[in-house]
Amino acid sequence: MEAMEVGKMVGELIEDNEVELVKLKNTRADRRVAPLDTARTNKIKILRFWQEYQDPSRRAPSSEFNWFLTPLPSADSISQLAMAMEVTQILLNAQAVDGALRKQAEENLKQFQEQNLPSFLYSLAGELANDEKPAESRKLAGLILKNALDAKEQHRKIELVQRWLSLDPTLKAQIKALLLRTLSSPSVDARSTVSQVIAKVAGIELPHKQWPELIGSLLSNVHQLPAPTRQATLETLGYICEEVSPDVVDQDHVNKILTAVVQGMNSTEENNDVRLAAVRALYNALGFAQANFSNDMERDYIMRIVCETTLSPDVKIRRAAFECLVAISSTYYEKLAPYIQDIFNITAKAVKEDEEQVALQAIEFWSSICDEEIDILEEYGGDFSADSDIPCFYFIKQALSFLVPMLLETLLKQDEDQDQDEGAWNIAMAGGTCLGLVARTVGDDIVPLVMPFIQENISKPDWRQREAATYAFGSILEGPSPEKLEPLVTMALNFMLTALMKDPSNHVKDTTAWTLGRMFEFLHGTALDTPIITPANCQQIVTVLIQSMKDVPNVAEKACGALYFLAQGYEDAGSASSPLTPYFQDIVQALLTVTHREDAVESRLRTAAYEALNEVVRCSNDETAPMVVQLAPLIMLELHNTLENQKVSSDERQNELQGLLCGCLQVIIQKLGSSEPTKYHFMQYADQIMALFLRVFASRSATAHEEAMLAIGALAYATGPDFAKYMTEFYKYLEMGLQNFEDYQVCAITVGVVGDVCRALEEKILPYCDGIMTQLLKDLSSNQLHRSVKPPIFSCFGDIALAIGENFEKYLLYAMPMLQSAAELSAHTSGADDDMTEYTNSLRNGILEAYSGIFQGFKGSPKTQLLMPYAPHVLQFLDSLYMEKDMDDVVTKTAIGVLGDLADTLGSSAGPLIQQSVSSKDFLKECLSSDDHLIKESAEWAKLAISRAISF
Amino acid sequence: MAPHDLRRPFKRPLISDQEKRRQQSLLRQAQNRRDAQNHARFLASTALSLEQPHELEPEPVSAPELHDELIPDSEAPESPKELDVVEASKLKGAEARKWFAKQLMHPEWMIDIPENLSQDWFVFARPSGKRCFVVSCNGTTISRLRNGSILHRFPSELPNGARRKDSSGPAQSYSILDCIFHEVDQTYYVIDMVCWRGYSLYDCAAEFRFFWLNSKLAETGACEPPSHYHKYRFSLVPVYCCDQSGLCAAYTGSVPYVKDGLLFYNKHAHYQTGITPLALVWKDENCSQYVMDTDSKGQVPNHQQVVLELQEGGKLCTSDDPPVVFGCLDGGFMHESELHSGCLVRFAIGEGGLVLVDGKLEKADLNYLGKANRARASADSFSKVMFQYSVRHSPLRIDDLLGSVNSAADESNKVCDIEMDG
Repeated sequence: MEAMEVGKMVGELIEDNEVELVKLKNTRADRRVAPLDTARTNKIKILRFWQEYQDPSRRAPSSEFNWFLTPLPSADSISQLAMAMEVTQILLNAQAVDGALRKQAEENLKQFQEQNLPSFLYSLAGELANDEKPAESRKLAGLILKNALDAKEQHRKIELVQRWLSLDPTLKAQIKALLLRTLSSPSVDARSTVSQVIAKVAGIELPHKQWPELIGSLLSNVHQLPAPTRQATLETLGYICEEVSPDVVDQDHVNKILTAVVQGMNSTEENNDVRLAAVRALYNALGFAQANFSNDMERDYIMRIVCETTLSPDVKIRRAAFECLVAISSTYYEKLAPYIQDIFNITAKAVKEDEEQVALQAIEFWSSICDEEIDILEEYGGDFSADSDIPCFYFIKQALSFLVPMLLETLLKQDEDQDQDEGAWNIAMAGGTCLGLVARTVGDDIVPLVMPFIQENISKPDWRQREAATYAFGSILEGPSPEKLEPLVTMALNFMLTALMKDPSNHVKDTTAWTLGRMFEFLHGTALDTPIITPANCQQIVTVLIQSMKDVPNVAEKACGALYFLAQGYEDAGSASSPLTPYFQDIVQALLTVTHREDAVESRLRTAAYEALNEVVRCSNDETAPMVVQLAPLIMLELHNTLENQKVSSDERQNELQGLLCGCLQVIIQKLGSSEPTKYHFMQYADQIMALFLRVFASRSATAHEEAMLAIGALAYATGPDFAKYMTEFYKYLEMGLQNFEDYQVCAITVGVVGDVCRALEEKILPYCDGIMTQLLKDLSSNQLHRSVKPPIFSCFGDIALAIGENFEKYLLYAMPMLQSAAELSAHTSGADDDMTEYTNSLRNGILEAYSGIFQGFKGSPKTQLLMPYAPHVLQFLDSLYMEKDMDDVVTKTAIGVLGDLADTLGSSAGPLIQQSVSSKDFLKECLSSDDHLIKESAEWAKLAISRAISF
Repeated sequence: MAPHDLRRPFKRPLISDQEKRRQQSLLRQAQNRRDAQNHARFLASTALSLEQPHELEPEPVSAPELHDELIPDSEAPESPKELDVVEASKLKGAEARKWFAKQLMHPEWMIDIPENLSQDWFVFARPSGKRCFVVSCNGTTISRLRNGSILHRFPSELPNGARRKDSSGPAQSYSILDCIFHEVDQTYYVIDMVCWRGYSLYDCAAEFRFFWLNSKLAETGACEPPSHYHKYRFSLVPVYCCDQSGLCAAYTGSVPYVKDGLLFYNKHAHYQTGITPLALVWKDENCSQYVMDTDSKGQVPNHQQVVLELQEGGKLCTSDDPPVVFGCLDGGFMHESELHSGCLVRFAIGEGGLVLVDGKLEKADLNYLGKANRARASADSFSKVMFQYSVRHSPLRIDDLLGSVNSAADESNKVCDIEMDG
């Protein structure tokens, strides 16, 4: 195991928890897929995926390039003499103020861990369990133990799991006994630490059918022991539910866990700490309760207790109970009908009267119901007879006349400074957000319920009322039909423009500018019948927005955002003259001025200005293209200046600015490169621009690298074969990018740029291919590189092969076995969750694109026969994909294309093989009658190629 | 189990512009990869061979377009031996005529009924009109008659057949159709597809070519009525399996064009340039106005006439490969009549007729009439001469064809019966 400094370890542990917190925040959007802490569950599932591949019976033919199966340092399973060592003093020293002492202690621990892991773990467990030891040493012992069982990085995590599994069972039993005993410790720190350690061990062992007695012994604790132990035990159950996947716990245990947890929540439980632990445990256990929620009686019982718990006198318990309701709303939406009336009453009361942290959860319940219904209705796709897995119960529609007034009420509870505070989140913001979701759920029906509120408040002297009215208007602009909204928006437009100029409140102006942006986003565009923006009012709009860009940063930022959507509305106008054309120069000038504001770094203003500028460039037309050509040297000069300044001071903001400028140049390159005349004008800058990008690589910022790399990809595409002249200088950065495992986004984008360069240079890429292929093969073999980069690397093989044709010969020996083993592993997804299936499909697509490129690259070459030995495997892969029946449309299209490529290149010599394959019959037939145009087209092509191959 | 934060994005778009740029880059790369793949897929893998130019320069039918064609002649490259269609499509003037004159597949005349007619063959009613090759490429469409000269140059809805902004795919990818231009309704009836969007179908079986033709042509809008960008309508011809109902449908079924006989295509045959026995033409009075050859005045001559090519040593040959020799002219006569090798010469078949032994021509009674019309590109084929001969003596009738199709069905029934008895 890698040695680690203990100090750093403690730091990491805290960081680890923070990361988990962030993950929890991010899981909101994913709730539908896996309601409970998706990130964590996925982690576990990924782990299982890896572990399954460790199973020798499933292992592919051994290959040194098999990146799935990178060998782990084999742990010695021979029982080692495990003796408890005295570690107290070292653990205390490791937290000493004296740096030297600390360092020495960390060194000692590191050595101990390396030299005798069993004894090390046993000693730490002993320390944690020993009530006579100081709290500090016990706590650190627990943390080190926890970190010896789990890690953030995937490869390390696997390593730790393997190590634990290979330890002597007797030793492990001893350690586990010590851990369980600690749950009854009088020390609160020891109890709370050990509950996490137990969950980590369970996370490793339960999926392997080990530690079967764990749940039983925990449950026996819940019923008898003193309150602190009951609390710790419930917390442990909660952590375990968070850690392991529901399918490794049998239903009998699930029943018992739920019974214990719900009993712990019951008002008969007098100890609030126990109740809180129980409610939080239920939150994690909800994912295990599928069967119980299908049983009316059990579900009624759970729901009754959860609803009762929302009335607890303890605010933390109330909040946790609402969190459970939120989780239930997404996990068990279809079971909610009998309870929705009660829940409405409870949430309405909480929104009105309870403390904000509780009220926020109550509002979140309705936001979450909106999320559910929006998804279901989207699945209906307007066709209400269509089958959906889950029917829509129209809870929002039914509650609408009560829900909307409740939400409008919250809008008046703004905080004074919420627009300046990046992290602000309060009841007005949550209420407004929920109102927007309700509008998306019910459409037109919301308009008459909100309009009176707007009319009543929009002109009131109190800024809160004006702001609330404006926010309400902005919130309902997405959802209702354009027919319904257009008259209202046309009427309101002038009022809003005036308010943006004249309202004394920054708060109102901020929301007004945002609302204008929403008007342009949803009700302006070439697709709409009656445009709200006409040549007549366009000038006024532009003038007001430009003026507003001089306002305080938060208002100016929203004005930039409004301009973004104003420009976007003309994106599809084609070469038709745009009403913005006369103001193009003024707009660009105003945005550039904003980027130079002293306070542009506040409130994301500078970013918003560049984003708007990018959109203005994207939506430019033939008339305004010459002005975009003129913009290019201006932005280049800006980039040049930041690079010069960098010598003086290098800071985060410079790097961020460089990233924005590279992004802007990328958009300009892409725009000007898309038509011949503008491309011709732009090319005069190509050399200079490339030189600037290369200088950006000198900075250490991953974001700047990424943006520069993206821009270079666009430049390579626009430049074509002439890009060759930059290769000598650019190559080293290309290689650097491919080696950047840490910032995997940079690596991923560089892989994409290799593809761009291949297509630009074609066979001229050849001199660089040895280096590129070596690095790509290394990337594939690495278990440190984020897995999302691997599918694009395979696709990149295809790009290279297509560019260099038969010269790919020398890489076949390396690339083909790698493709082959990845193909075998990706052929089957059985039992994987949605994320894993999605990843597997992207992997398959990459592999297939590689095959396509290789076959097409060799077409017509005398060396075609070199590919013959691989043909049976490729066909088998296609057959097994077809049998598996879980390809997405993209994979289907690529797969059937590969069949054609194989036939096209190998011709009659592969005829018999092709005719034997299922793919050439059933799969092809299915694809030929596909509704998907692209699949059908590929299939027809494959049919053509096959018919040529077998008709000789 | 820390409390859960549920902050949602507020007054900010869900996706940052950077994320948008990243996604757009990925989309562009995916699109470029697709384009590169498609480009590779549709590069014709087989080069079509262009044999040594015929010694005889075929004279073009006079057509106004010929003028601008003839100008670059002086710059025309040395006739290359092998050209693929892409290169050929760049040929100008006489070179182009030479090349295209050799690219059409010509049916033999049906002088006896092939085996397995009902299983292995398609049948369709041949539209009456000018047989031509239609090539669409680089924003224009050109039709060329069987001698290679241009019939029309026009915009069409075929792939890259007109200069339009929205054309998909690389502009230089070409499509080649085998058509008959039907004057009455000014329509090109497509009877075969040779190349489509740069992909060669020469090596595909007829079964596949017809499938491809049927599924692809309609997609382009080429079958729509004429418009500004589409001067002539293209139309498909109903093709049937040559069983009894198919044969009847082709023979008697009503079609929007004037019929000129029936064409039979072997399902498994590739598109083969020149004359092939795997495509056959058959006519009778019911399905064609032109069963018997007419002279320049449109009259059926009293005696059957044939055009033969004079070759080295005075041999009179058909256009077949290898040629069938009908007779020999002596040097004195040739000199007298200003004939030289390579000339196309017209003869009438006298009372002695044609004498065949075991299917081979043994003797022909030929009477010299004169040189053939300058517009003729080549001599008659053996099968044509024989078909014309049989029309005048013992024609192959539709009943014979139907009979052979039926007897095939009977036979298969018989086989079946025997097996069941066994």
